[in-house]
Amino acid sequence: MKALAARRHHRYAPVVLLMLALLLTGAVYAIAQPASADAAQAAASESDIAAGQKLFQANCATCHGPTAEGREAVEGGAGGPSLIGVGAAAVDFQVGTGRMPAQMNGAQIQAKPVQFEQEQIDQLAAYVASLGAGPAVPTQEQVDPELGDAANGMALFRTNCAMCHNAVGAGGALSEGKWAPALDDTTPTHIYEAMLTGPQSMPVFNDANITPDEKRDIIAYLDDQREGSPGGLSLGSLGPVSEGLWAWVVGIGLLIAASVWIGAKSS
Amino acid sequence: MSTVDSPAAPAAPPTRSARAAAATADYLDQRTGVGNAVKEFARKIFPDHWSFLLGEIALYSFVVLLISGTFLTMFFVPSMTEVHYHGPWASMNGVEMSEAFASTLRLSFEVRGGLLMRQIHHWAALIFMASIVTHMMRVFFTGAFRKPRELNWLVGFTLMILGLLAGFSGYSLPDDVLSGNGLRIADGVARSIPVLGSYISFGLFGGEFPGTELIPRLFTVHILLIPALILALIGLHLLMVVLHKHTQFPGSGRTDKNVVGYPLFPVYVAKAGGFFFVVFAVIALMGATMTINPVWNYGPFDPSVVSAGAQPDWYMLFLEGGLRLMPGGVEFVIGEYTLSLNVLIPAVVVPGLLFTVLALWPFIEAFATGDDREHHVLDRPRNAPFRTAFGVAFLTAFMVLVLAGSNDLIATHFHLSINDITEVFRVLFFVGPVIAFWITKRICLALQRKDRELVLHGHETGRIVRFASGEYIEVHKPLDEHERWLRVQHEPRRPLEIEPAEDARGVRRPGYRIDAMRRRLSTLFYEDRVEPVTPAELAAAQSHGGHDALPAAHDEHPAELSGAGGGVRHLAADQEDTEGTNRP
Repeated sequence: MKALAARRHHRYAPVVLLMLALLLTGAVYAIAQPASADAAQAAASESDIAAGQKLFQANCATCHGPTAEGREAVEGGAGGPSLIGVGAAAVDFQVGTGRMPAQMNGAQIQAKPVQFEQEQIDQLAAYVASLGAGPAVPTQEQVDPELGDAANGMALFRTNCAMCHNAVGAGGALSEGKWAPALDDTTPTHIYEAMLTGPQSMPVFNDANITPDEKRDIIAYLDDQREGSPGGLSLGSLGPVSEGLWAWVVGIGLLIAASVWIGAKSS
Repeated sequence: MSTVDSPAAPAAPPTRSARAAAATADYLDQRTGVGNAVKEFARKIFPDHWSFLLGEIALYSFVVLLISGTFLTMFFVPSMTEVHYHGPWASMNGVEMSEAFASTLRLSFEVRGGLLMRQIHHWAALIFMASIVTHMMRVFFTGAFRKPRELNWLVGFTLMILGLLAGFSGYSLPDDVLSGNGLRIADGVARSIPVLGSYISFGLFGGEFPGTELIPRLFTVHILLIPALILALIGLHLLMVVLHKHTQFPGSGRTDKNVVGYPLFPVYVAKAGGFFFVVFAVIALMGATMTINPVWNYGPFDPSVVSAGAQPDWYMLFLEGGLRLMPGGVEFVIGEYTLSLNVLIPAVVVPGLLFTVLALWPFIEAFATGDDREHHVLDRPRNAPFRTAFGVAFLTAFMVLVLAGSNDLIATHFHLSINDITEVFRVLFFVGPVIAFWITKRICLALQRKDRELVLHGHETGRIVRFASGEYIEVHKPLDEHERWLRVQHEPRRPLEIEPAEDARGVRRPGYRIDAMRRRLSTLFYEDRVEPVTPAELAAAQSHGGHDALPAAHDEHPAELSGAGGGVRHLAADQEDTEGTNRP
């Protein structure tokens, strides 16, 4: 103790104290960090994880590596990112919408018919979730559009989503051949998971950015759009370009046909 | 064709209602002299062709705009006061918005028939502009703008510009995100004008964008100023049509000195009156079944929000396309001023040039042809290759800009890279019109050659005849007089010859320079040409086949590009009286 006291005026003492303080902050954060992701993982049984691992090694390991640590793209072959810590939500989204296993490279991995049963997807998700903590699959209540506020969802969607996905989620173009898909057929669960995990070009909207309740509001807004347009055919909800196209095709088309009919009986 | 025959004399005494009608008409006639006007108008002759109805579509859709627009003004509140919406549209409940937007939602969802009227109004606006453009194309490609109709072309051009302004101001009224984005672009374009820009912008918006004064101002412009101007100019446009008489397509019996067609009453009154209802019906059908401008999707205006697929209505899309194609980075700061060439060039300079050429075309062409005679018979587009090719090139440039303005939708719908599309359109904007010009001109010249071929040799019949001598010939059926007239009636147009720069005594001639310019332009217009068959050529071609009108297959072609044109009215003598002609 005496030795310590003797050195407390040492000129390196503040630096040492600062290091200790940083260490303490880190340790406290690690303990106090919300363990949200681990809830669903607890439900997954050992046998699910084992089955998931088998599925993974058969279907995913080519690109993501045998232990999901990811692989660099080698010449002429595919590579994939590490899946440690992406969580069950990412697996449920990517495999559940048919994006994974990917069929071909391109500007963006395309959605296609789903390759697995929901049970198998759950097993894969359980395996990936067991590799490291990550966002879990949301509960039915978290994604129920009935419980959300569509008006608040409209405001949030306009501010955060519409610049890529269009005002009502009809999709839009991104750079270099990438695109933001239309959201007409996306299930509420997948919408929630996409916000949570940020697949491909999409940014992550974590629970601090957009709270779970707000995510549900957005889902309620998108659900509201599926009832059709009060004005008749929606024309793809693409805005004035499709309206202009139909004005020329239907409007001017019919009117010129009528003109020809009226003018046909002479000259 | 009908003339001014009076109906069979009625023997029966007039009925009571007929007497009442006659008495009313007489009452009006004695006080206003309306009888003369009715007599004049009822007998006015109009030529008949479907393409002459395109302008009527514009007129009738404008009437539809007036009717539906009047309905909308009863419910729309042109105010930027902030309110909270409470109503049947769930995703807007409790949202803060301007009263303009709230009243648009109210008139869409709560006023009976309101949404139908709004959609009819908007579709009618799109049809109005589309029919103006098609009508303008018809006038351009048939040369209907030539003397004496140059001024009417200018009136029509102004109507098109007013239509653009009417559309843009009306489209911005609901104060939704999409139209607000459009206004922001308009603001940016105004600001890009050197020196004056920021004053113009602040003047328009009453301060910094978006301010609180714009919607009321746009409302006045949209429902009072522009419609009044359009109405007045439509009156002038139609008055000039009546004064000039209508143009007619070439055909036997039709000359620059007559009009062949039906009288206004009863044929045209029935046709045109009926056509109004057809136009209204088509627009109402669209308004009833197809959503247009669903402002409830876009939400109330908020300057921070832009959604994907933000584009203006089709007639403004060329501006959007120009802005999307222009490479950024050409922005200079000179002293206190910023010169935004990246906005100024695509949004002001390029459209300004294109529109100026369009407006002045009748004068440019008259300068090149040196022709100051009146023209009432239309050109077949093939007979004016340079003009036709120029028009197609112009439309190609316009189309490239429109497509460039839709580049994001092209990218998503055809799975292309938006960057590649933009690069391709940047090149196409310059190359496309040149290619279109060249192809169109070649097609026109080829069609003219085909006409010559037909006139000289007749239709192929596919009948092969063997003579007793063993010679085979293919029988050609000569054209009848009407078919031939259509193909030879036009005058050959040739580059102008001008007087030399100096007269015989070596004195410089005043006005030579402008003549030289005119010759250069004229050469550009008419150097490549195929001239119509002359009577001499026709006689020569027919004499080869003997008197059986079977021209031989080895008939020699006269030189097609020879300058030896001549009397082109050679068939006129026996054609003039074949149809009831009348020039009121």
